[in-house]
Amino acid sequence: MITAPLIPLLLSLVLSPLLPGVINRTKAFFAGRQGQPLLQTYFDLWKLLQKGAVYSRTTTWVFRAGPVVGLAATLSAALLMPLGSFSALIGFPLDFLLFAGLLGVARFFMVVAALDTGSSFEGMGASREVFFSALAEPALLVALATVARLAGNLSLSAMFGSVSGAHWLHSGPVLALVVIALMIVLLAENARIPVDDPNTHLELTMIHEVMVLDHGGPDFAFIVYSAVLKLWLFAALMVGMVLPDTGNLWLNVGLAVGGMLAVAVVVGVIESIMARLRFLIVPQLLVGAGALAAVAFLLGLA
Amino acid sequence: MWLLLAMAILLAGAVAVLLLSRSDRNLSRLGAGSVVLAAALGSIPVVQVLLGGPAVQFHFPWPVPFGEFFIELDPLSAWFLVPTLLLSALAAVYGVGYLRSWQGKRSLGPIWFFYGLLVLGMMLVLLARNAALFLVAWELMAVASFFLVTFEHERPSVREAGWIYFVATHLGTAFLLALFLLLARETGSMDFDVWARQGIHTAGLANVLFVLAVVGFGTKAGFMPLHVWLPEAHPAAPSHVSALMSGVMIKTGIYGLVRSFTFLGTPPLWWGWVLVAIGLSSGVLGVLFALAQHDLKRLLAYHSVENIGIIALGLGVGLLGMSTNLPVLMVLGFGGGLLHVLNHALFKGLLFLGAGAVGHETGTLEIDQLGGLLKRMPWTAVTFLIAAVAISGLPPLNGFVSEFLIFLGAFKAGISTGGPIAVPSLALIAGLALIGGLAVACFTKAFGIIFLGEPRSEHTFQAHEVAWTMRLPMLVLAAGCVVIGLSAPAVVAGLLRVLENVTAQRPEMVGETLAAASSPLTFVIIGALTFLLLVAMLVLVRRGLLAGRPVAESATWGCGYVQPTARMQYTASSFAQPLTDLFRPLLGTKKTVVPARGLFPAEAALKTETPDLSREEMYRPMFERAEAWLSQLRWLQHGNVQLYILYIAATLMVLLIWKFR
Repeated sequence: MITAPLIPLLLSLVLSPLLPGVINRTKAFFAGRQGQPLLQTYFDLWKLLQKGAVYSRTTTWVFRAGPVVGLAATLSAALLMPLGSFSALIGFPLDFLLFAGLLGVARFFMVVAALDTGSSFEGMGASREVFFSALAEPALLVALATVARLAGNLSLSAMFGSVSGAHWLHSGPVLALVVIALMIVLLAENARIPVDDPNTHLELTMIHEVMVLDHGGPDFAFIVYSAVLKLWLFAALMVGMVLPDTGNLWLNVGLAVGGMLAVAVVVGVIESIMARLRFLIVPQLLVGAGALAAVAFLLGLA
Repeated sequence: MWLLLAMAILLAGAVAVLLLSRSDRNLSRLGAGSVVLAAALGSIPVVQVLLGGPAVQFHFPWPVPFGEFFIELDPLSAWFLVPTLLLSALAAVYGVGYLRSWQGKRSLGPIWFFYGLLVLGMMLVLLARNAALFLVAWELMAVASFFLVTFEHERPSVREAGWIYFVATHLGTAFLLALFLLLARETGSMDFDVWARQGIHTAGLANVLFVLAVVGFGTKAGFMPLHVWLPEAHPAAPSHVSALMSGVMIKTGIYGLVRSFTFLGTPPLWWGWVLVAIGLSSGVLGVLFALAQHDLKRLLAYHSVENIGIIALGLGVGLLGMSTNLPVLMVLGFGGGLLHVLNHALFKGLLFLGAGAVGHETGTLEIDQLGGLLKRMPWTAVTFLIAAVAISGLPPLNGFVSEFLIFLGAFKAGISTGGPIAVPSLALIAGLALIGGLAVACFTKAFGIIFLGEPRSEHTFQAHEVAWTMRLPMLVLAAGCVVIGLSAPAVVAGLLRVLENVTAQRPEMVGETLAAASSPLTFVIIGALTFLLLVAMLVLVRRGLLAGRPVAESATWGCGYVQPTARMQYTASSFAQPLTDLFRPLLGTKKTVVPARGLFPAEAALKTETPDLSREEMYRPMFERAEAWLSQLRWLQHGNVQLYILYIAATLMVLLIWKFR
């Protein structure tokens, strides 16, 4: 295992806005369109950072604090996430609980910022956000407990470092179930189809997008950047389980980045071939993810 | 010595307030002052014992059969006394401001009298080492809090709440009586130290005693489904009393349970399973019922059930460790559970004080009637927000630290042990994660609907920030949440002596295990500090970006609709509706709908209420049947005093004959 502690952090900070571009290009390919530029999110961020802001008269400092706290929490979570065969900057037993906790803080403040506007649309989005994330949380932790049991370790870096090809040969079904559960959690936590549609244009049906209707300018840039960073971090969770350590630094970097882009392509494919689920079905999907993870854990016991 | 002085001051203060005239303005000051002074004095020996000083003992002869005035301050008692003394003093200061609106309308003597007695009772419960003394203190606590709950006894709902509490607490005490009598018969003594030294060596008896302790102490603590009195009594009581009852009084149940574990020897595996199961049901159902409530104090009361569940999960992990002799689990489970006792006292006390401030200013606790209070009550709002983040178990505050320890224990058990421990640990992990997610839903709802948005009714128009006497205790408690969150390793090190006391293991081993097991907390603090630093940096970045650019104000975006009213906002009920609908089978929410009819509907209405399921389905039928059966004995009751005296005389006669036959 190579220890180049800054690599995962730097890659996540620089490359995370690339993921939405890859997803959108994949969707465009399926739809037979050319699609937006790969670097569109970078352009958006740059444009938003140049702007001023408009605030609703109803709002208070809580509304302004939402994006700041959200980005700070997501950035701190990025310190904890390893990438492929690279250890995270900080690793310790149960670091993924702090990871989940920090994302929880980000969510808490985004939700209260949405409620601060007094808009019923944003209230609706906030309500759905806490609803789905409450159900996704057990799936995430049970899935990680399964990996931790296989690896015999409680720190993300060590867990991903010790899950190897031998594990895949020996307990392939367990790991496959975990990967599926984590994929569902990724889609739900990052507001992707089949849980939420990032391209919808009707406020009534949005989740993540409707919570941030009233944000603009640098605040919205913070929100967009937190969202892509969060997508990157969840993708890193999956990539870490699959990628081997080749022993060559540059090859490892290439594999890791390639793996991340591959996850983005998979998300794009899922979005292209699936319709969005009805709200009432989504809980079944999330509880199902938790059940898959629990089955994986029990299989791992035997 | 300081402890005895503190208790004497409490008693003297309690009696003195009764002697003052009812219109005296100094009455509240005297009542609160004596509690604060007693707490300050009492905390001296508590701190000494926790920092490694020797346990303190007092024996006095006491003319009660089997009784002896035997009190001892050991680390376990000291740990529970920390939140008790702190919250008693802060809630008393708050009470001075809170009760001012009753000044002149009603005599405040009794409420300060019973407040002093409640604090005294709680102290004695934690210190008593003789079963008879313990039960007397337990009753003192129960009766004093009963009179505090029924402070506004002219309201029928308050009287009913008082009765439910009174019946529940005495049914619990009946189990404790049986527990103590069995222990006394087995060991031939009523002293706790003899019980702890001798232990119970017959497995069957130990199992019976365990069940008695869980039911008896669980009724006070509020384990589901023994919790029915909490959502009735907490909302009925004045807010500073609710803070004290929910923050520390219910913890005496946890104390009693942990204390009884030290009598019962090595636990079998199933005791741990029972506590994990109780913890999961209390935790998940507690937070679900909380989500479905419309009244802020009822919501908070159900959250106490949830947090007691989290504490029970910690104790369950500890018991699993005890039965399999795994010190890591003992230390992390008991440590996390006991730390959560302190943390919950801080943030739940704070939340009830905040709820009291809101009710004091607006005259209502209906969440859907409130809104926009942050602009009118900025201090209350900030402290409430801190408590809301803390109780949701989120970093960088204290709730995260104790849940982290419990999670760590469960994960360690989950990855390294066989099925009998790994499977309950997995259930714990999934359950605690769900509880955390639902708590976020519940507290974004409570904070967001009450303090943010636009005012939903005229109730909020008069509101302004509360007086300093009410604000200061809230600020102190909020600071406590932050300090424990950021100094977690030091606080956990303070648990060392307590854990030696509870686990009965070699001190060196407990010390090493605790140091090794809690080492990740240092990294948690690093992560939390990085987060706070990043927040500060981003605030500056944002200010720099917006400087010199146009920053305008406008109306909230409503899809182009320009005439929004406050009633169009999302309400607490609508916010919680997806979750309450999903869990309807567990909640039994009742919906009454008057649908909109025709092209121009004149009226439509929707009403939801979530009564307590176990009260409606379990206790109500049970007590109705008992009443029907017992009413056959009504002919005994004549209301004639002479006849009652005859009954007493006849009973005494029968007993004497039976004794001397």
